[in-house]
Amino acid sequence: MSNYSIINSRQLNYKNYAVRNILNIFLTIFSGIFTIITVLPLILVLGYILIKGGSQLSISLLTELPEPPGDDMFSGGIGNAIIGSIIVTSIAAVIAVPIGIGGGVYLAEYSRGGTFSKFIRFGTNVLAGVPSIIAGICVYGSIVSSKIIFGANFSALAGGIALAILMLPTVIKTTDEGLKLVPDELRKGAIGLGASQFTTITRITLPAAFTPISTGIVLSLARAAGETAPLIFTALFSFYWSNEPSSLLEPIASLSVLIYNFALEPYQAQNELAWAASFILVFILLIMNIFARLLGRYAPK
Amino acid sequence: MRGIPVSESETGSFSQRKRSSSEKLLDKSFKAVAISLAATVAFVLFGIFLVVFSGSLESIGRYGTEFLFTSEWNPVTDKYGAFTAIYGTLVTSLLSLLIAVPLGIGTAIFITEDIIPEKARYLIGLMVELLAAIPSVVLGLWAIFIMEPFLRPFFVFLNNNYSWLPFFNTEPLGPGMAPAIIILVIMILPIITSIARDSLNQVPIKLREAAYGVGATRWTAIFNVILPAAISGIAGGVLLALGRAMGETMAVTMIIGNSNNFSWSFFSPGNTIAAMLANQFGEADGSQVSSLMFAALILMTLTLLVNIFAQWMVKKLSLKY
Repeated sequence: MSNYSIINSRQLNYKNYAVRNILNIFLTIFSGIFTIITVLPLILVLGYILIKGGSQLSISLLTELPEPPGDDMFSGGIGNAIIGSIIVTSIAAVIAVPIGIGGGVYLAEYSRGGTFSKFIRFGTNVLAGVPSIIAGICVYGSIVSSKIIFGANFSALAGGIALAILMLPTVIKTTDEGLKLVPDELRKGAIGLGASQFTTITRITLPAAFTPISTGIVLSLARAAGETAPLIFTALFSFYWSNEPSSLLEPIASLSVLIYNFALEPYQAQNELAWAASFILVFILLIMNIFARLLGRYAPK
Repeated sequence: MRGIPVSESETGSFSQRKRSSSEKLLDKSFKAVAISLAATVAFVLFGIFLVVFSGSLESIGRYGTEFLFTSEWNPVTDKYGAFTAIYGTLVTSLLSLLIAVPLGIGTAIFITEDIIPEKARYLIGLMVELLAAIPSVVLGLWAIFIMEPFLRPFFVFLNNNYSWLPFFNTEPLGPGMAPAIIILVIMILPIITSIARDSLNQVPIKLREAAYGVGATRWTAIFNVILPAAISGIAGGVLLALGRAMGETMAVTMIIGNSNNFSWSFFSPGNTIAAMLANQFGEADGSQVSSLMFAALILMTLTLLVNIFAQWMVKKLSLKY
């Protein structure tokens, strides 16, 4: 042992001032600085939302209607916007989740890598890259301006459809990828026992892929709930409650559009309300994100 | 598995039952439903193209390619040219990419190497992903009231000392291209970082061990072995981020100033196609709608090209280990 170290000590010594070692340390520090710069905005944004929005938290904020701009003293609450965001996102989910899961099931279970399935996979990727504002414009051009849904123009339904377009590719992709993770033995076993393909998919593979699929759906819902661009020409905004079934065909408030509208108002009370709405929105979205992650981690194997 | 020979007497104990016609129908219709739901994607995609394209036909016929190279945008005289917005889209997205790529890849390397403890790395990765969860409109609000006032002294400094550069030669008065670029950097950093991290994690550990084994330092191994092995995923992520930056609407709309007057300066208000759409579409009528649709078509084409290029690149560059 001692002989060995004597022979090689000269070669094996770590030279502190060798160019490569200095460069090594320098680059390591540099990447650390880059990491700090990357993480800093999150801390700053969350910090300011907590300070400026969290300080306004009260029961009336959550239960009252927003006041139309003009009064600098009092801006009301964001109750209808919270309900509105939930309604519009639920509409989007009702549309996008069945379509997305069905499409994903086709891609993972039925397709044999032919032209059609290649095209659908390609189309899913393209659709995922379509800017959200384009989805809004498309729904405006096809549904809002033509008043095709029961003569309603700006409506909660139109907003939900626009968000559904944005959710669809994510749901398809996560279903497709989730189903691909299911071991083929399960499928073979089910078929071998005489199950039809329908039974195999609904009883065996879909339940086995429940965790990744539901994680993907929750994440896409969180993304949809924070979207603004598709809603400003479709769901518009409303200063009233949307608590009747017929209000699905009327303009509806949402947290994200409230933030956009009120951030650009010259009145401070409105700006404050935008901060409060940001706090609520970010709080909900972070909860959804963390829930999705826990779902993936603690799910029964 | 070998087939097990089944003797005559044993088959007799099987009661063969054919599926009932209702079961068969269910099976077939389920497949048909799945196919038609998958086809919805194609339908939606064609629908979007059709709506945007048919909406912009009038403007395409009237302005043609002139639309791309003139910057006058005047609803009163009905003259429209989207040069300012196209320039703004390209410049803001490319410059933000230029800043975000080294930051994002640097961060990804930092959290895939063993520089700091595993728990801390996981925490940073989680924070980056949570940053991606913050909605664009909230970042826009933050940009208006916190970031821009904070950065303004720095912009004023650049303006005072480097105003001979055309990019810095107007006085920073608030909204403008520069804060829009910064907010875009913040928005695309999580995409680049998390995709780069995933690709770096997928590099087989053997490659790293081999590099260390022949005496490479950490960073020699990173630059010469690990990054080249992960380049396909990283390049794909960068292009994906470029597409996102081009289409990013809310935060940019809130901070860019929405001016169609062309200026080289990053401190003067500008426009992007997405911001212009968000701002004007609600109140537009007549040929302005058509011109906005034309701009939307250009934006769609740009993002589509970037996305296709991204997919192609991932396939082309992926190494077979």
